[in-house]
Amino acid sequence: MQLVETLINGCLLGGLYGLIGLGLSINFGTMRVVHLAHGDLIVLAAYFLVVVLVPAGIPPLAAAAIVVPVMFGVGWALQHLIVQHSLGRQLDRALGRGVLPPLIVTFGISIVLQNVLLHYATADARTLQSSLASSGVTLGGIAIPTVRLVDFGVGLGCLGLLLLGLGRTALGRALRATSDDLDTARLLGIDPRRMFAVAAGISAATGGVAGVLLAATSTFYPSTGSEVLLVAFEVVVVGGLGSLVGTFLGGVLLASAQLLGAHFLGPSYALLTGHAVVLGVLVFRPQGLLPRTAP
Amino acid sequence: MTEPLLRVDGLVAYYGQLQAVRGVSFEVGAGEALAVIGENGAGKTTLFHSLCGLHDAATGDVAFAGERLLGAPAHAIVRRGIALVPEGRRIFPSLTVDENLRVAEDQHRRARRHAAPRWTRDRVYELFPDLAPASRRGGHQISGGQQQMLAIGRALLSGPRLLLLDEVSLGLSPVVVKLLYQALARIRAEGVTLVFVEQDVHRALAFSEHLVCLHKGTVRLSGASRGRSLDEVRRAYFG
Repeated sequence: MQLVETLINGCLLGGLYGLIGLGLSINFGTMRVVHLAHGDLIVLAAYFLVVVLVPAGIPPLAAAAIVVPVMFGVGWALQHLIVQHSLGRQLDRALGRGVLPPLIVTFGISIVLQNVLLHYATADARTLQSSLASSGVTLGGIAIPTVRLVDFGVGLGCLGLLLLGLGRTALGRALRATSDDLDTARLLGIDPRRMFAVAAGISAATGGVAGVLLAATSTFYPSTGSEVLLVAFEVVVVGGLGSLVGTFLGGVLLASAQLLGAHFLGPSYALLTGHAVVLGVLVFRPQGLLPRTAP
Repeated sequence: MTEPLLRVDGLVAYYGQLQAVRGVSFEVGAGEALAVIGENGAGKTTLFHSLCGLHDAATGDVAFAGERLLGAPAHAIVRRGIALVPEGRRIFPSLTVDENLRVAEDQHRRARRHAAPRWTRDRVYELFPDLAPASRRGGHQISGGQQQMLAIGRALLSGPRLLLLDEVSLGLSPVVVKLLYQALARIRAEGVTLVFVEQDVHRALAFSEHLVCLHKGTVRLSGASRGRSLDEVRRAYFG
């Protein structure tokens, strides 16, 4: 019974992991840029919620509703003002600067964000104080913390919204076309800079949701972004680059592996088990669980 | 003499480090069809990419409907009325056939909110009846002929005054090629100007008013297509 409980909790935590990976996946899928500051954007959202909005007397749910559009704006602005310039002539494939400049630039953004948080919010551990964190439900003798149910529900909801938005709207079609073939998309009148900024905004908005959940689920520090980025990387590697459903499933697999490792080997083995699963996927199925089907 | 729709004067463009187009000049009048021929590496694709804004390092003087073109980004050039059917068709593989058309239609609507579009998806399906039954299939799941029809239809939905076609018939069966040229004749009848690359010289001469033969990035032969002997074209073609 305890094993079943661990498995269920792992799957539920996977909702948050999957959500963390989705942002990285969207960024890479559209721009072929690995956004090294994605974890820090998630932590930034968590700080914005816990340090700015909640102390100002805004109820957590309303505060969460503010975080998401603000993070969209942050992602959009960072892309438009900073990351875009590192892509430079990558738009012109023949003269592309390669993958290194955007990596360095996003790494720089990561360092700046961490230090800004350290400076203004101190190195103290933070978490969102709410009734959610301490409550739980018991189903047939299996105890499930409410916050994990929320993690999974919100993560799944975000995945559904993204799939719907990408599949059914004009903007979604344009984003997918840009992701498929940048030059041909330009030939049809799609402005790649606009698409990149929108994709970065959507990615940061999912990061905003993930930040709210992170704040409600665990404690965090200014340096937590690096750990979160590692989770995002592993989730995307396990799930398969460019597939949102795969990314979400990757999150579920990684979280389950971590909690099962903790269950059988002890809590200190949780992360190690997760890394071992990622290594296993890299060796035996390097394309990930659900790679992009298109050639 | 009236101003030509497209005037290219001394165009120089690079493919990577290689100077692939070396001072090319020609003109196309509105409603005409111009055939561009030349062997592999003659600079045909680089020429088309420069006209569409995909090579921003191109120099020279290109005027479209009296406005300078070089230096404008690709997404702005298509809004002025130049669409390209690229070599290899370049269908978006993760979009369905219908979505491939819609993505072009969406952009055209965004750019021209008020004007009624000349081309609609329904008209594209009517122009290419073979596409309609495949509309819900993936862009990479259809035949080469259907892909070329889709690429032409997609370009039409951008509302072009000038349609550039890079390799109309490459790798396609004679039956499909015949269908494609019938459709191109209908597109011309709608007033769309055509500049097309065609390896079949006989067909190129028959379908065009004017001809440009490129060899190693320069114009080797240009002028009227009618009355042109195959021998003369062959000599220019092979240099």
